[in-house]
Amino acid sequence: MLLDPRGPRFAAALTTVVLAVALLTGSGLLLLAQAVVFALTAAHPRLGPYGLLFRAVVAPRLDPPVELEPVAPVRFAQLVGLAFTAVGAVAWFTGLSVLGLVATAGALAAAFLNAAFGLCLGCEAYLALRRLTGRPLTARLPVPPR
Amino acid sequence: MSLGRLPWQPGPVQSPNLTGLAVLVAVLAAATALGWWRRGRDGRLRAVRDRRPAAGTDGSVAAGDVRHAATLAALGVRPGAVTVVQFSAPVCAPCRATRRILDDVTGGLDGVTLLEVGVDEHLDAARALDVWRTPTLLLVDAGGRIVRRVTGVPDRDELLAALIPLAAGARR
Repeated sequence: MLLDPRGPRFAAALTTVVLAVALLTGSGLLLLAQAVVFALTAAHPRLGPYGLLFRAVVAPRLDPPVELEPVAPVRFAQLVGLAFTAVGAVAWFTGLSVLGLVATAGALAAAFLNAAFGLCLGCEAYLALRRLTGRPLTARLPVPPR
Repeated sequence: MSLGRLPWQPGPVQSPNLTGLAVLVAVLAAATALGWWRRGRDGRLRAVRDRRPAAGTDGSVAAGDVRHAATLAALGVRPGAVTVVQFSAPVCAPCRATRRILDDVTGGLDGVTLLEVGVDEHLDAARALDVWRTPTLLLVDAGGRIVRRVTGVPDRDELLAALIPLAAGARR
């Protein structure tokens, strides 16, 4: 499955705005709503709410994309965003306001860097995460056929 | 499990808005600085410092790192050939753009081999070669030394300018 790369970029810009408003209003509900958007988009990258808005409203006004990008990087970024906003929302509702702020700030930084600079979270974080947490996949390769 | 009133919050804790505003401004400022800094470095070739110079090098491509010969050999780097090693990940969109540039640049150069390595399959090599993000490129000279390193989508002209003398040196 391939995506117009401008769709995720547009979604990141909307996410930036939503998270900024969540910080300004201190709204845990808004944070929760953004977490749900991340979850939906991770499950179906083409059917995420912001992606649908992009295709319905923005894409018809743009030239056709000159290149497409694979869906895996987008899905990875959504999962990272989901982790941050979910932690942020839970922390907010349980009164851990500092953790809520830190998690929201992290999600905001990633969304803003993606929207403004085209930062690719999968490029920045995936290998670092694998290096720090994962064991080499070679240890799980199936036994070659005899 | 409330932390109660925080020291930097003015007045009653009812309004987190000022704190939120401060966090918002700080995050946007820091992220903008980081973005500009990264934009200036991304895709630029960096010379790899000479840690253990090989004896009797002729001086043309003397600088480089010879510690990783075994790791590179295990990845499939052949001695005697100039090799561009690209570390890629499935979740990395710019890796595709990088591969296109490399195919284009190395296709027109005699004696330069392109080797794309998946970090999932070669996590140990990524560790050994100190690769932290994708795409990362290593330019390996004919003597098996890593002489240049790039993170991000490489600058095509810089890449070509670095590879031409390496390839010429390998043919000599």
